[in-house]
Amino acid sequence: MFDFLRKWFSKKRSSNAETRPLSPEELRDAGQVVATLPRREVSQLVAACGQSVGRQRELNEDSLLAITSTIAGNTGGVAFGLYVIADGMGGHQYGEVASNIAVRVVASHLLRRLFPAFLDVHPQAPDQPLRDLLEQAFLEAQRMIQREAPGSGTTLTAAVVIGQQVTVAHVGDSRAYLLHPGGYHEVITRDHSLVKRLEELGHITPEEAASYPNRNVLYRAVGQGDSLDIDVYTFSLAPSDYLMLCSDGLWGVVSDEKIARILQESPTLEKACEKLVEAANESGGPDNISVILVRWVG
Amino acid sequence: MVTQSVTPPSFDNERPSSVQHLAPGSLLANRYLIQEVIGVGGMGSVYRARDMHFPNVPRLVAVKEMINMAPDPLVRQTIVQNFEREANILATLNHPAIPKIYDYFSQDNRSYLVLEYIHGKDLEAIINETPGFLPEEQVLHWAIQLCDVLSYLHNHKPDPIIFRDMKPSNVMINLSGDVMLVDFGIARTFQVGQKGTMIGTEGYSPPEQYRGEATPLADIYALGATLHHALTRRDPRLEPPFSFSERPIRKINPSVSPELEIVINTALEYEPSKRYQSAETMKEALLSVARKTGALSRLPTVQILSSTTVKPLWTFKCEDEIRTSPLLYQGHIFIGSYDHNLYALDATNGSFIWKYPTEGGVVTRPAVSESEIIFGSEDGNLYVLNVRSGKLLWTYPTNGPVRSSPRISENVVIFGSDDRRVHAVNLAHTRAIWTFNAADAVRSTPLFHQERIYVGCESGDFYCLDLRGELKWRQQARRAVTASPIVVGQTIYFPSLDGMLYAVEGQTGWILWRFRMGKGSIATPATAEHLLFVGSADGNLYAVDMRDGREVWRFRAEHQVSGSPAIYKDAVYFGSADGMFYCLEYRTGRLRWQFQTGGPITAAPLIYDDIVYVGSADHVLYALLA
Repeated sequence: MFDFLRKWFSKKRSSNAETRPLSPEELRDAGQVVATLPRREVSQLVAACGQSVGRQRELNEDSLLAITSTIAGNTGGVAFGLYVIADGMGGHQYGEVASNIAVRVVASHLLRRLFPAFLDVHPQAPDQPLRDLLEQAFLEAQRMIQREAPGSGTTLTAAVVIGQQVTVAHVGDSRAYLLHPGGYHEVITRDHSLVKRLEELGHITPEEAASYPNRNVLYRAVGQGDSLDIDVYTFSLAPSDYLMLCSDGLWGVVSDEKIARILQESPTLEKACEKLVEAANESGGPDNISVILVRWVG
Repeated sequence: MVTQSVTPPSFDNERPSSVQHLAPGSLLANRYLIQEVIGVGGMGSVYRARDMHFPNVPRLVAVKEMINMAPDPLVRQTIVQNFEREANILATLNHPAIPKIYDYFSQDNRSYLVLEYIHGKDLEAIINETPGFLPEEQVLHWAIQLCDVLSYLHNHKPDPIIFRDMKPSNVMINLSGDVMLVDFGIARTFQVGQKGTMIGTEGYSPPEQYRGEATPLADIYALGATLHHALTRRDPRLEPPFSFSERPIRKINPSVSPELEIVINTALEYEPSKRYQSAETMKEALLSVARKTGALSRLPTVQILSSTTVKPLWTFKCEDEIRTSPLLYQGHIFIGSYDHNLYALDATNGSFIWKYPTEGGVVTRPAVSESEIIFGSEDGNLYVLNVRSGKLLWTYPTNGPVRSSPRISENVVIFGSDDRRVHAVNLAHTRAIWTFNAADAVRSTPLFHQERIYVGCESGDFYCLDLRGELKWRQQARRAVTASPIVVGQTIYFPSLDGMLYAVEGQTGWILWRFRMGKGSIATPATAEHLLFVGSADGNLYAVDMRDGREVWRFRAEHQVSGSPAIYKDAVYFGSADGMFYCLEYRTGRLRWQFQTGGPITAAPLIYDDIVYVGSADHVLYALLA
């Protein structure tokens, strides 16, 4: 009954509830009421990243970007995060230039449109859908790459997190994972690679795919082609879940089971990133490695 | 390890990100008078220009420009070499379907090709601008000409030339209706190996081209893809690669002859060895199609709809239209009618138990709290009755018709009224706790979720309130939000009369995506698995993937779909203004059965225990077997 009264009738909050925590007796008496009280701790995003050139390449063609922000206060709060990974296409085609342009252009485009809304005193949501903003940002990256480094290209995977809602845009074969405690995981993105497509068509088995000779060949990349089709997915992040963005230098060499185990055994996200990069290098480090881990704590 | 530093890209919105075009009226190389931009590519523009070396006749040329913005000298050099290669290939060719090259030169960081100007339009534009499908004879005519020009290229001496980028936008149709192949930019030897080698256009290129093989058979495949696009209007760039077999031509465009479909399918074979082994053999096959189809009468189109006979278990007739959904509670069906009554019926046989008359039409779905049944009427009142006897307990007046159905949470009932307010009324004290002033009438049914109330308004506003009636955020649709929102996870979904289905983040009101329908919607969506189902005044029921906001399928009814759908087991059920009640498999949109009523259906069905209860404007409430 207390809960019901509080929620529906307290036009102004009763002052004692706000200024002092409940005593153990009150907690005992209140029982399940406590369970439904609004959480007092700050709901926030926590993120960490890791990167390595690997053991077999001289040049790091991966780029990553991570921005985490939180607002908390009496009027409620919200978290905002932007995470981007790009893996430039190799060799003399200036992949490192393309991936660098991609992460910067996408972040700049999105922050200009989203961040003012986040900071507004009177919350007014952006009038354009997040999906459209992400698509525009990717197309802007495509134009900039074609201008600055024509002929090159890059994968591009970007995640915008608002509160617990994650929206991922994606081109190429850098992946977004949703990892649940206990080892169960989902690959959110679908690789735009020849090998994945052949697997989807049933021309090769997943086992054959793992050792397919042209595993690196993409059929879609930012900077390549006149048009660009972008996959956008949206889903929510539960408090116990991890969001992981990574380049193929990680997912191509470290098994999903091992990734899950490292997450479980690591005390912090920073440590987990470090261990993931280490694991990729221990397996030979054939390619550049980039990883971003994000959790929602609330 | 060198990390290339990039000149900070300009993020200024005002400035177009492609480099400036040559202005109309400017003279290039003291010879070509630029008239206008006729195309824009990734690296420069194509202009129509007049050759001033022939001052007395208006001789038009196409000037293809390549702007070399690459900061690195080595990259710059490679780009120029590629452009020169295109010029050199063109210079050796002589075919009516290949534009002639007149000149090639470089100035500063720009290189130019001067080519024969083609009066006409590219095939992609023709496909997009043609309402309906292009006639088969027309496509066949172009296909044969394209085989001719491919055959010319593939038999080029000393080395065959592989075009490698056959697609509708590279095929021009001139004023005489003949094809011209343009853009030889990547017609050259292939580079193998590098990560991400990707040449050609996604969607049209065959599988082996991604592996670095380019043979005449790759051009055959791309021609097949081009013809598939032309006949189906389905752009392969928007589909997964190599998925043509998942989109059979005649399933999309049944007017295409089976013979032509077979030829195109052969060109599109996944294995190069199963395709036509040369452009000449493909041309032969096309010619024989042309000969045959002249004689063959068209096969009749397939009848898709098959209606199984559905008989109602029982019916109940009111004195006016039923525009709302029933409620099932303790074996009773409660339903409002435009005849001003709320009826209580026996759910097993539809027999009458009691009715309660109000002073206006009842278009709200009732709600139950313990022994009380609560509903609004167009007479402006909220009624609270004893659920067993139908006796009036109390009323709560508003200053306008009540068309928003009540929602109950913890002894508080929330609903909207045409008096532009959202009312929160305490059921114990029969008084308002608060009211919220909206910008216009509130006909949308409020949604409770995690201590928030979400409700739409006829002004197009969509509100998120807290439990004290204070505004948390507001989002704006372009027209009324009459439908009620639903929630899945953290996301709120609602359609508007502006023709959009909105997906909005619940804490902030940020729009995640919008899905565009043909017309507006007042129907509350339903959901199952990752799908959302929403009806629209354009006559469609849409199934939309909530993860990416894209259409999965649509089902076309004969008239507006303003009744909300309901999900039961593996099917979606809904009525339409065409009077029909439909049952579809929800994963595919395949029609399972349909049932004709005597008037438009504008309300959502209720389904429980394998029985569907749905009312119609023919005054009848039907109980059907699901």
